Amino acid sequence: MTEPIYRANVLVCAGTGCASSGSRSTMAALEAEVQRRGLQNEVRVVETGCRGFCAMGPIVIVYPEGIFYCQVKPEDVEELVEETLVKGRVVSRLVYEVPDTQQAVPLYEQIPFYSKQQRITLRNCGVIDPESIDEYIARGGYEALGKVLQEMTPSQVIDEVKASGLRGRGGAGFLTGLKWQFTAQAAGDIKYVVCNADEGDPGAFMDRSILEGDPHSVIEGMMICGYSVGAHEGYIYCRAEYPLAIKRLHLAIEKAHEYGLMGKDIFGSGFDFELIVKEGAGAFVCGEETALIASVEGRRGEPRPRPPFPANQGLWDRPTNVNNVKSYANVAQIIRNGAEWFSKIGTPKSPGTAIFALTGKVQNTGLIEVPMGITLREIIYDIGGGVPDGKQFKAVQTGGPLGGCLPASGLDLQVDFDSLRAAGAVMGSGGMIVVDEDTCMVEFCKYFLTFATAESCGKCVPCRVGGRRMLELLTRISEGQGTMADIEMIEEIARGMDSDSLCALGQLTPGPVLSALRYFRDEYEAHVREKRCPAGKCEALIAYAIDPDACTGCMLCAKKCPTACISGEKKQPHVIDTAECIKCDTCRQVCKFDAVRVASGPEEIAAAIRAQHH
Amino acid sequence: MPQIKSLDELRNLRQQVERDISTRRHTGTTIIVGMGTCGIAAGARDTMHAILEELRKREIDANVTTVGCIGMCAKEPLVDVEQAGQPRVTYGNVTPDMVPRMIEEHLVKGQVVEEWVVGRLQSS
Repeated sequence: MTEPIYRANVLVCAGTGCASSGSRSTMAALEAEVQRRGLQNEVRVVETGCRGFCAMGPIVIVYPEGIFYCQVKPEDVEELVEETLVKGRVVSRLVYEVPDTQQAVPLYEQIPFYSKQQRITLRNCGVIDPESIDEYIARGGYEALGKVLQEMTPSQVIDEVKASGLRGRGGAGFLTGLKWQFTAQAAGDIKYVVCNADEGDPGAFMDRSILEGDPHSVIEGMMICGYSVGAHEGYIYCRAEYPLAIKRLHLAIEKAHEYGLMGKDIFGSGFDFELIVKEGAGAFVCGEETALIASVEGRRGEPRPRPPFPANQGLWDRPTNVNNVKSYANVAQIIRNGAEWFSKIGTPKSPGTAIFALTGKVQNTGLIEVPMGITLREIIYDIGGGVPDGKQFKAVQTGGPLGGCLPASGLDLQVDFDSLRAAGAVMGSGGMIVVDEDTCMVEFCKYFLTFATAESCGKCVPCRVGGRRMLELLTRISEGQGTMADIEMIEEIARGMDSDSLCALGQLTPGPVLSALRYFRDEYEAHVREKRCPAGKCEALIAYAIDPDACTGCMLCAKKCPTACISGEKKQPHVIDTAECIKCDTCRQVCKFDAVRVASGPEEIAAAIRAQHH
Repeated sequence: MPQIKSLDELRNLRQQVERDISTRRHTGTTIIVGMGTCGIAAGARDTMHAILEELRKREIDANVTTVGCIGMCAKEPLVDVEQAGQPRVTYGNVTPDMVPRMIEEHLVKGQVVEEWVVGRLQSS
């Protein structure tokens, strides 16, 4: 018995978010400082997965107190160790502060960002060392697999998952248990289990966080699925851009083998299972299940018409169950805690939780897990802390580039598969982007459409041509060349793409534009009819001018202007030469007196230029 | 590495490894060691090590934390024992050799070692 008992655990987030803000050097500094002070037998430094509060990274949590430190740099480490680990005091300058009130919140569980969250799928993320199978087992890991193999028949497992009401977390929301049943009932003696970890939405990183922070939960879920559908081999399709996730998956598979929890005769039940990690090249379309299967087989990643569905004819034409990372990650807990437990979380039709990558114009960006049925307002204002800099909320885009946006009137909408869909937005992959009054909804949609058209695989015409034409129309509108017929044409193309595309990529590409036309039509019409961009963002429709009453003649803007198109005497109002101006926005950003105006629309522009020369 | 061949074996392993992460959850019992300059000078570090060792030996689940000076420097090392729903008991001048009895009586038998107590705090 030489293993020391540690009085304190210092958890350092080493997810990709915190790692990119420097958590590895913080971790190294912590280990060195703990050594230097001879605390290595009482204080343990643990590398964990993502805690979700990536904006505040690198995050360090000190247990048993649960003190939550933000943005800990290597130079902060000496003080942190001295104060907290030696003297037991909180280093207040490293503690989270509520942005509006400047109130310091030292304890993890009291931080508003976490208080409304319910972490089920992410229960181990940021809590355990993802490279330690022991820590996963200490949190009840692999007990569900043991229970399933020793005490349940495959059909009992399927019934339990069905009873829980778990719906596929990849976005479509199909009943997971039913999907399993289809594969179980399909004819054939060789079947496969596939995990879709081809997370491709810009800004969404929940699957990566689970794979990095709690890889065994996905592996256990896949093995339970394998047992219930009659598969002995599984594939995790994960993009090669996730090197840490892939490394930890390989390690987790290796550890599971060492413990006999994978391989031959698991739990002495006679059940064999092997898992293979297949690295994808990062094509967005490979998140579509038939394209994903083609890619695993070594073929070009293109979708094919369904039916036949993968449950009957999937990988190498064998019955195959494909689920998302989050769906598998929920399974072990459903088995361990019972279907009833799970079905009571969230709403009756969408039980469980939803994970969102909250980003854009909110105070607290990061990864959040909330019970289904929570309102968008609670997510954006209570967890996200609202829109920064006193700006007005304008819209929230859910479901990533194939999702849709909702205006302020949609803030009290309940978040679940069905209500989002009814409102023209979707759950999708769980991206959630908040935009404020300064965002132009034409520009915003152009961004998503540019992404979707670039990622179209080109196999079917509606997606390949439709997306491209729609982008051209949007570009025309944003340049002030659009007509009302263009808006109608967008809607017509959208209908065709929706009904005739081969897969969800083409069907959902028009989503952002359609929802924007539904809720922000006047903004589109302003671009067309008045040649005006209400948000002042579309370059072709705006002009910069200086308000002579506000300008003090400080000359800062003239100094910073890259084209030297601002002139004026010291302490005299300055003038922007609109013909030479490249609309880079530098003058407006540097002006301390808010004297630079952005005018849009012919009349407003003319007036602003007149005022400037007055 | 031993292969796990049944649910019972897995649960046995879980019991062993659970202790490794016990500091990350509330155990219901917290032992607080005064670790200001006064505490450290009076030997609080040795006392804390003795506490950790005793907890390990007896396989008792408790959190051990450190705090700064509370002003009663003459009584350092100060050790508080806090259990859910009970007043926090402060022991004074706790040397390493006193630790086994303190843990035996207070944590195992549930009897406060009155002769060493220097104060009680109602749980806040």
